[in-house]
Amino acid sequence: MSHAAISADFSDRLDAIIALHKEREGPLLPILHDIQAEWDYIPEEAQPVIAAALGMTRAEVHGVVSFYHDFRDHPAGRHVLRLCRAEACQSMGADALADQVRAALGINFHETTPDGRLTLEPVFCLGLCACGPSAQMGDRLLGRANLAKVQKLVAEAGA
Amino acid sequence: MKDFIIPDRDFGTPAAKSAVTISLLVDGIAVSVPAGTSVMRAAAVAGISVPKLCATDHVSAFGSCRLCVVQIDGMRGTPASCTTPVAEGMVVHTQTDDIARIRKGVMELYISDHPLDCLTCAANGDCELQDMAGAVGLREVRYEAGANHFARRDAEGPNPEYRPKDQSNPYFTFDPAKCIVCSRCVRACEEVQGTFALTIEGRGFDSRVSAGMMSDSFLSSDCVSCGACVQVCPTATLIENKVIEIGTPEHIVKTTCAYCGVGCSFDAHMRGEEVVRMVPSKDGKANRGHSCVKGRFAWGYATHLDRKLEPMIREKITDPWQVVTWDQALDFAASRMRQTQAAHGVDSVGVITSSRCTNEETYLVQKLARAVLGTNNTDTCARVCHSPTGYGLRTTFGTSAGTHDFDSVEDTDLALVIGANPTDGHPVFASRLRKRLRQGAGLIVIDPREIDLLKTPHMGQGLHLPLRPGTNVAVLTSIAQVIVAEKLYDEEFIRTRCDWDEFLGYAEFLMDPRHSPEEVEKLSKVPADLIRQAARAYAAAPRGSIYYGLGVTEHSQGSTTVMSIANLAMLTGNIGVPGTGVNPLRGQNNVQGSCDMGSFPHEYPGYRHVSDKATREIYEKAWGVPLSPEPGLRIPNMFDEALAGRFRGLYCQGEDIVQSDPDTRHVTSALSAMDIVIVHDLFLNETSNYAHVFLPGSSFLEKDGTFTNAERRINMVRRAMTPKNGYEDWQITQMLANRMGANWGYTHPSEIMDEIAMTTPSFAGVSYDLLDREGSVQWPCNEKAPLGTPLMHVDGFVRGKGHFIHTEYVATEERSGPRFPLLLTTGRILSQYNVGAQTRRTDNLVWHPEDILEIHPSDAENRGVRDGDWVRVASRSGETTLRAVLTERVAPGVVYTTFHHPTTQANVVTTDNSDWATNCPEFKVTAVQVSPSNGPSEWQEEYGSHSERSRRILPAAAE
Ligand code: SF4
Ligand code: SF4
Ligand code: SF4
Ligand code: FES
Ligand code: FES
Repeated sequence: MSHAAISADFSDRLDAIIALHKEREGPLLPILHDIQAEWDYIPEEAQPVIAAALGMTRAEVHGVVSFYHDFRDHPAGRHVLRLCRAEACQSMGADALADQVRAALGINFHETTPDGRLTLEPVFCLGLCACGPSAQMGDRLLGRANLAKVQKLVAEAGA
Repeated sequence: MKDFIIPDRDFGTPAAKSAVTISLLVDGIAVSVPAGTSVMRAAAVAGISVPKLCATDHVSAFGSCRLCVVQIDGMRGTPASCTTPVAEGMVVHTQTDDIARIRKGVMELYISDHPLDCLTCAANGDCELQDMAGAVGLREVRYEAGANHFARRDAEGPNPEYRPKDQSNPYFTFDPAKCIVCSRCVRACEEVQGTFALTIEGRGFDSRVSAGMMSDSFLSSDCVSCGACVQVCPTATLIENKVIEIGTPEHIVKTTCAYCGVGCSFDAHMRGEEVVRMVPSKDGKANRGHSCVKGRFAWGYATHLDRKLEPMIREKITDPWQVVTWDQALDFAASRMRQTQAAHGVDSVGVITSSRCTNEETYLVQKLARAVLGTNNTDTCARVCHSPTGYGLRTTFGTSAGTHDFDSVEDTDLALVIGANPTDGHPVFASRLRKRLRQGAGLIVIDPREIDLLKTPHMGQGLHLPLRPGTNVAVLTSIAQVIVAEKLYDEEFIRTRCDWDEFLGYAEFLMDPRHSPEEVEKLSKVPADLIRQAARAYAAAPRGSIYYGLGVTEHSQGSTTVMSIANLAMLTGNIGVPGTGVNPLRGQNNVQGSCDMGSFPHEYPGYRHVSDKATREIYEKAWGVPLSPEPGLRIPNMFDEALAGRFRGLYCQGEDIVQSDPDTRHVTSALSAMDIVIVHDLFLNETSNYAHVFLPGSSFLEKDGTFTNAERRINMVRRAMTPKNGYEDWQITQMLANRMGANWGYTHPSEIMDEIAMTTPSFAGVSYDLLDREGSVQWPCNEKAPLGTPLMHVDGFVRGKGHFIHTEYVATEERSGPRFPLLLTTGRILSQYNVGAQTRRTDNLVWHPEDILEIHPSDAENRGVRDGDWVRVASRSGETTLRAVLTERVAPGVVYTTFHHPTTQANVVTTDNSDWATNCPEFKVTAVQVSPSNGPSEWQEEYGSHSERSRRILPAAAE
């Protein structure tokens, strides 16, 4: 973690986000959401600052950030493709689909294509269990997914 | 963990505190336990061990492993016994076929992600996972090895889940391959230590223990290396490097930490005469199973190569040392002392004892002065830190000691911490206090620096009064004024326990406008409003306690400050019940004991004045010699007299006065003027540069004796190995005494303790038998309190009525002015101890390789000083150089440093001002100037080359 890397701009914005939520009950998650909305991921440099402001330690903040798959520890590509890996989808062949998608895109989970366009992430249940395997691209949900449908989704999003 | 070598067994969950008793039946055995106890603990009380992995009685139950399931009549399913509280009439079955099946299944899952390399594992024979596999009868694992965390690589290449060991901490290793993610370590770091350095990152199969954040290692995280996580880890995941190196220990010696005044009890885990590890004792009444990095890990100095094991002498201090036999060294020392006395009078010599030596050693050294040398010239370095406590508390309450035990902190509603930095100076106490703060107790800190206690994770808002160094009395008196002005005092307490008329006089004194918060704000720089808030909070707390440290005593008004603290406690009735009281945090391990043992020039053991005829007669009878009724010289007076040519011989045991006393130059010139200086120590310390005789000492691991901690608790120190220097320290003092004509014949320190008990009323009941039986006792221990006294002044003050003293603020002579515009104050840090003679010789150096100067960014900017620059710190008495760190922890106008490293010699800069009543030196305030510099000062270089020269030892000098 390098403190020197924290620019004045960054810390002003961070302080503002923290100040916005600090007094409410359970301030950590709202702060993290706003940070991710702002920078698209949770910069590690932010964690000790949040910790100090909330009377916690950076280990605890890290514990929370890493618990939720939706919080990223590095910036994602411009688009994020999520493949459901939870039980119902697994039983409908989600694992095989994941292998095909990874091979087709040439990236693993949590990785971003070299052109920075697309990040692949696993997700655990999208609430579409009845029509698994499911996927998500931006706001768009996809049921009964297969490689072709996923590729179409990716292409439509321009990723 | 490690049940088979740790005698105190693990009950699985912490003891419950309740007056209500619940009776139940566990596997047909009737057992009664306090309400709130877990089924697991109740079973353990009945002698039944329920298999467990995530539970340990160090931390509260968590219920994650499901190995401890039981069946309970009338309850559905199989509840976890660690999280299920007992209920009246419960019938519990810990072993049924159903349960056996569940447990085996659980173990199979654990083992399927665990490397099966037990034979070469450091925890082999000492691993709870192994034990549990045996306990549940695991014979096969049906799961195929699939994704796992332990294999470095599989057929397809490196295993992405595998993480290498973290060996960044010098004392223990973290090997994630062996982790079962029971989270005991995380909980111990939170609940026991209060540092919250660890977390479980990720979730599900990705869950792992992480120190700090992703990019942190153990060393770079918040970890303070207390060892609590290592102690609770059931596997080899977190394990002491010494165990990896040596193997499992085979026997235990119970002893006491030789570092700070908390006085933690330890189990020395031994293999033969080698220490494998030091583990804090769960039955230790001061530490309750916890420790800090010093006691737990920093004992390697005892076998450090720098340690000198042979006696040495030299004619002049400019000569090189010559190694000689014990006989030669003792004869030389004894005859020189006697010659000096013959030529310059009995009182031309004296002794200095250390607050690091045992009670028995200290007692013998003062006895040597009084009975053998025939002078009361005996003093102790406790003068350097705590004599004002003795004086202040005796005047107001009637005893020279703190009022409460450490357990009392569990009942406090508000802690007022003054001039102390417990997380660094008294870490185990700090952990206990932090636990209470997390439970909601309030905190007020009066200190120039924003100490770490104020940043305790998960506590409420603390109140910090950042006063200018030297203005303690003004601030405390002003707090008292607010309490009186706003009628927040406890009238009933004052009427019954103190003298009401005296109180009225005191109140009148207080109400003078010069004590008002506004007036005091002007000199202390503490906002008046904060003074009022502090007064109200302390007075309003049902149980308010005060803890103070060297920041109170090491001032020209040290004694007055202690009295103003005592006044506050009396005003608010905060005395005599658990959770209240006035407690000094003693710097060194045996400050209390060395004061108790009569090492002051005017007092016999038990604080009885040398002019008191009755006491003198006791000792004249016991020792068989006439004794002098004239008080002897205090340490500073010894030096003054030395410069005047009247004090010429010194026996200095276990104390490095050159480094620890104020105004180093004054000390060194005094020592240079003496005819005979005998240094008795583990190392050739700074003082030995001026000595003629060096007697090698023994470490606390090599001798029997007792230490008395800050709560008056007498703890046993036990010999774990043969002294490498040949003798225990008390034997050396005895040999020296006998060379000078004494006829002592002690064969064991217990006989010395018997003599102490026989001659000292407050120790009358103390004996090694009692200590062995009880573990420890708190004095007074006599017929009235055969098992000692945890709380003092319960029904009345020892002196009768509590005594209000008018505490007038007198500004120190040490004022900042145009030449020296900043105020320097000194302190200590966690990983180092006092002058660092021990800790500097351990791996603790990774946390504190050098002393640094903390300076406020604005002061630094004015002087062109940047973070990390070398700076020159100059005062009226000297100068030194060290590196600067810019921080807002200190207020503008204040700078702060530690004094752990001899090359820094912060005390070269401090002045010889001292407390008016007790001569305790004023370490905490020195006016200084700070300026950029390129390297060590002239003094440091000169000193460095002098100490090089004076440490020369003649090769092959022994005949
Ligand atoms: S390191 Fe030890 S205590 Fe911590 S989770 Fe792993 S096995 Fe448990
Ligand atoms: S050694 Fe102490 S501070 Fe460090 S992680 Fe373990 S419990 Fe926490
Ligand atoms: S230094 Fe103090 S707190 Fe640390 S282990 Fe020793 S006695 Fe306990
Ligand atoms: S399991 Fe995939 S959407 Fe619920
Ligand atoms: S010991 Fe009870 S659930 Fe782990």
